[in-house]
Amino acid sequence: MNRPPHDFHPLLRVVHWLMAAMVLAMLFIGVGMVSTTGPAYLTLLELHRPVGIAILILVLLRLPLRLVTGSPPLPLDLPPMQVLAAKGSHVLLYASMAAMPLIGWAMLAAGGYPVKLFSGLILPPIAPHDLWLYAWLRQAHTVIAVLFFALILAHLCAALFHGLIRKDGVLRSMTVGTPPSPSEPPQADSEISDFDVFAPADDPGAPEFPVPQPKAGE
Amino acid sequence: MSTRKPVPAGPLLVIGGIAALLVLPFLWAAGWIGPKRINGGDVTRALEYNTGKKQPGFRRAHAKGLCLSGNFTANGAGSAVSTAKAFEPGTYPVIGRFSVAGGNPLATDGRNVFHSMALLLNTPDGQEWRMAMDHTPIFPVPSAAGFIALQRATRPDPATGKPDPAKMKALIAEYPSVKAFQDYLTKAVLPSSFANATYYSINAFTLTDSTGNARFVRWQFTPEAPLSGLDKAHLDTLPRDALFREMIDRTAREPSRWHLILTIANPGDRTDSATVAWSGPHRTIDAGVLTVDKVMPEEVGACRDLNFDPTILPAGIGLSDDPLLAARSKVYSSSFQRRAGEGPHPSAVGGDLAEDLAKDPAYKEAAR
Repeated sequence: MNRPPHDFHPLLRVVHWLMAAMVLAMLFIGVGMVSTTGPAYLTLLELHRPVGIAILILVLLRLPLRLVTGSPPLPLDLPPMQVLAAKGSHVLLYASMAAMPLIGWAMLAAGGYPVKLFSGLILPPIAPHDLWLYAWLRQAHTVIAVLFFALILAHLCAALFHGLIRKDGVLRSMTVGTPPSPSEPPQADSEISDFDVFAPADDPGAPEFPVPQPKAGE
Repeated sequence: MSTRKPVPAGPLLVIGGIAALLVLPFLWAAGWIGPKRINGGDVTRALEYNTGKKQPGFRRAHAKGLCLSGNFTANGAGSAVSTAKAFEPGTYPVIGRFSVAGGNPLATDGRNVFHSMALLLNTPDGQEWRMAMDHTPIFPVPSAAGFIALQRATRPDPATGKPDPAKMKALIAEYPSVKAFQDYLTKAVLPSSFANATYYSINAFTLTDSTGNARFVRWQFTPEAPLSGLDKAHLDTLPRDALFREMIDRTAREPSRWHLILTIANPGDRTDSATVAWSGPHRTIDAGVLTVDKVMPEEVGACRDLNFDPTILPAGIGLSDDPLLAARSKVYSSSFQRRAGEGPHPSAVGGDLAEDLAKDPAYKEAAR
């Protein structure tokens, strides 16, 4: 049974929304801290490094989970360009989530800065102390941040487009999950909720092929 | 490929609205919309304006410098007020930089301006303590806004070489601390050597002891070399790099030493403004001795490619409520980012060294 489920794995959904909040917070913290010479600069800078490393750790846990549990199939009637955009943007989102903390970390190392997470916890340098490299990485950190924000906006708009206009179940696959089809008989393991992180990804009770979802429930 | 359904306007508006709810706060957070904030670039631009032009590759302030190295030997007394490893008995490596104020890397040393010492102290626990200190116990302005106003008003008039008196008057009306600073600088001795100057932390910081008790502190490095002053009436007769050459010659003969004196704040001392001196008796702690035994041009020293951000502090030492600290950190970072991208340029001291070497017959012989 190699069929992907209808929805993203519940644990993946939890991590998705947790990281969505963290990544958005980081982008706001990042552009906010560089915008000011006020005391907020130091407060935000102190948050920026540990949250960035937390995102790096989460994405390193999330990527294998995503590769193992797979993704639900896109609607069969989705135009090929939109399929390409969906898959390409997911690759870029993962790449950005992993690259931004690594660039930030390498950038501080290249600038000769201690990579301080908390008082007393300093990470080792992952790049040589080199100001050309620092200048390059520092610039990349800003440019990729702005592109990352634009990508997140496009991702959000696309998700809402699926949920509000196409009503094709794609948005639900990363939110509440697909409700059991009314035509399906009640299942023995129906007490396992969609958000139960221990629910098997490959639920044998699910239908063999994607079934059209009722529009009323969207 | 059947007929395309028209896209409903309602949901599209909802989607656009949700996107705007993210975009507008983002633009506000970035400072691109809404009230104007002072950012690092505003201050580096003011410094460049004061200098007269951009000096690519150099610090936007304190552009002229000399690298130093040595060590700090703590006697343990500082551990009474801070858990920082640097205060535990032992000897810790130090690198740093002597500099004079201003954005001109080839400025003459004969000016009544800040003489400065920046330090980076490493401890075996991997922690760093960076300091950027001046030879005056007070700073002329309390804030980034004041600093920009200072840079704009004190730009030398190309005709007279002096700031416009009308602008200075307006500056002092807005920032009376500039007058207090000028008065101090006029009467204070202008040290004749980097080695005999006292260097002050400028801002207040906090020290936290092993019981978690935090105290406000200012510190200073007090020289063992006796203070003597430059003749302020004849500063213009000094050779361009007099202070730097003196320090190089002196260090070749003997190391220079300073005592790190921690001054614990009394109740009522201003900790949120570097413009106000702490007066009267204070509890002071002599925490140990800084020894500088090597100096070298920035081309070969370790100091050029470092940002001596005074907010990079080890555990046991923290920030105070002085808003100037955040401003210094941000502006140093902006300056660092700019010069990193511009690439290093030859320093005054490095140029001197190359000239001296070129004149040296032994070097000429070797080069041939």
